[in-house]
Amino acid sequence: MVERQSPLEPEFHVGSHGNFEHGVEILLTETRPGSIVQLAAWPGEEKKLIAAIRTVTGLALPDGAGGGLSNGVKSVFGFAPGKFTVADETEGLAEAFAKAVTPAIGTVTDLSHGRTAIRIAGPKAEWVLAKFFAIDFALPAFPVGAGRSTVHHDVFAQIQRTGSDQFDLYVFRSFARSFWKALCHASEEVGYEVQ
Amino acid sequence: MLITCPYCGPRDVIEYTYQGDGNRERPDPASQNFEAWNAYVYDRLNPAGDHNEIWQHSGGCRAHLRVVRNTLTHEISSVAFASGDHHAPAARRKAEDKP
Repeated sequence: MVERQSPLEPEFHVGSHGNFEHGVEILLTETRPGSIVQLAAWPGEEKKLIAAIRTVTGLALPDGAGGGLSNGVKSVFGFAPGKFTVADETEGLAEAFAKAVTPAIGTVTDLSHGRTAIRIAGPKAEWVLAKFFAIDFALPAFPVGAGRSTVHHDVFAQIQRTGSDQFDLYVFRSFARSFWKALCHASEEVGYEVQ
Repeated sequence: MLITCPYCGPRDVIEYTYQGDGNRERPDPASQNFEAWNAYVYDRLNPAGDHNEIWQHSGGCRAHLRVVRNTLTHEISSVAFASGDHHAPAARRKAEDKP
C-alpha cells in the first residue's frame, strides 16, 4: 500500500513551540487513522445501524445525541440524527461496513482520504478549543467519548472527546493545513508541543 | 441569537442557514395554477411577532428545522426537526419530472 501523505507536512514541526518556558500545556499531533467512515441510517433503521457498528467494531454506542466511545484503536460517535463517524487505526473499515450495512439499512461513505484527524491534548485543550468553537467544552456538557459537529468560520469540524483533556478533531483534508496553522497560533500563548 | 438544535443543543445563529418562510404551501409540481405559484413565490405574512421559519443547522448536524421566531424580539419559542413534515416530499423534484 502506498503511504498516504499528510496535508500538514509543510507546517508540521515536531518539538516545543510558543510560550513554553513554564511548561508545555498543549500536545498537538496528527492521529492518521487508516480508516474514517461515515454511516447514515435511513429513517427508522437507526437501531440496525447501531447493531452493525457493534458487530464490526465491537463498540456499543450509548444512547443519546452525540453519544460515542473510543477504545484507543477504534472510535465512533454520532454527529447528526442517525449518522455516525467511525475511525480505525487500520485500513479496511469501509469494506467491513459495506458487508454489514445493507442498502436497506443505510449508507457507508469512506472518508479516509477526505478528512484529517488532529489530536489536541493537555490541561489547556479546552481553553484553546474554546477560542475556535462556540460550544461548551466543560466535561459535564461534553463527556468523554461524545462527539460534536460544529464550524470554525467555514471549516466544518467534528470533535470527539477521547479523554478528560484530549480531543480528536476531524476536518476537511483541503482545509487541514490552514486549520492546523490556526491551532498552532492559538496554542502559542500556553506553550505547545508537536509530536 | 441562540437556536437550540434538537440534536446538538444551543448553538450560535452563525451555525445556521435561513431556509425561508415556513408557512409556504408548495403547489403540486404539475400544477398550472399561476395564482397558487405566485402566492408560493411572493406572498408573505410578514408578521410583527411569532413567525414560522425553516432553518438548516448547516454548521452542525445539517438537519432542517422548523423554528418559531419572534420577529420583534428574536425570541425562539419552538424548534423541531422538519423531517417527516408534509412539506418535505412535495418540495423535492423527481428525476422524471420536466422542469
